[in-house]
Amino acid sequence: MKEEVNDRTFFGFWVYLMTDLLMFGGLFAAFAVLRTNSFGGVTEKDIYNLPYVLLESVLLLTSSFTAGLAILSSTKGNVKAVIGLLFATFLLGVSFLGMELYEFSNLFKEGHTFQKSAFLSSYFTLVGTHGVHILVGLIWMIILFIYILKRGLTKSALRKLTLFSLFWHFLDIVWIFIFTIVYLMGVSL
Amino acid sequence: MINLHGTVKSYLIGFLLSIILSLIAYNLVLTHPISNISLIALIIIIAFVQLFVQLIFFIHLGQDSPPKWHLIFFISTFCAILAIVVGSIWIMSHLNYNMTPKQMNQYIKDQSGI
Repeated sequence: MKEEVNDRTFFGFWVYLMTDLLMFGGLFAAFAVLRTNSFGGVTEKDIYNLPYVLLESVLLLTSSFTAGLAILSSTKGNVKAVIGLLFATFLLGVSFLGMELYEFSNLFKEGHTFQKSAFLSSYFTLVGTHGVHILVGLIWMIILFIYILKRGLTKSALRKLTLFSLFWHFLDIVWIFIFTIVYLMGVSL
Repeated sequence: MINLHGTVKSYLIGFLLSIILSLIAYNLVLTHPISNISLIALIIIIAFVQLFVQLIFFIHLGQDSPPKWHLIFFISTFCAILAIVVGSIWIMSHLNYNMTPKQMNQYIKDQSGI
């Protein structure tokens, strides 16, 4: 019975993730259509800094890996390892978000804001929406810390941890496509 | 579906493959050894390979017992996204092509016999 409840929770969350992917699909479509409409302002080649974005990418990929390892240690009941790996995931996530915000603030400072062109609007919306998801994931991790420290690795803590890591892996997948379709393609187009 | 029975090995393979594929795509774009169209096709293919690496090694999709509802639901979503993205690009590029002022002007001229 309990197993069935777990299965249903996972499937419900999976359905949420799929609708989230559909939303990102819409944003990708908007970006693909509008990417060349720079309205005389900066184009893609002017604002992308590839080595910087590659570092962001590596940070996020590594955080996905540590999140997976946290799941593995949770099955062994190793609270210390879970907390440590989750903390590593958290730090990597924070550095990723910090780098992205720094990139955005630099663009804003130079006057390349949302309102300047259709390209910048679609760019900020797509990458920013992913960033907001990362922020939600970071808050979720803080809640998980408190939960696990207070109650230990109970069955429900394991479930919460698994759902979180599923969410985090998905953000990683979305980022791979942002990295390829926005940044790499933008520079080579 | 993500499960609690994965191994360190599967996560490690997934992680290393993702990093290597990212670096390959990055280096391809920097060195630019082939023409634009094939380069873009290649990095998109690499992105899809990475998607499958993540689905197989991190999320363990489709490795649960049948009926595989997660996998089925994922495939249908994947097709919907493909339709949205490819359809949008296709329609909009044709609109741009067909609706440029120059061609419209030509059309108006032809119609009115100027």
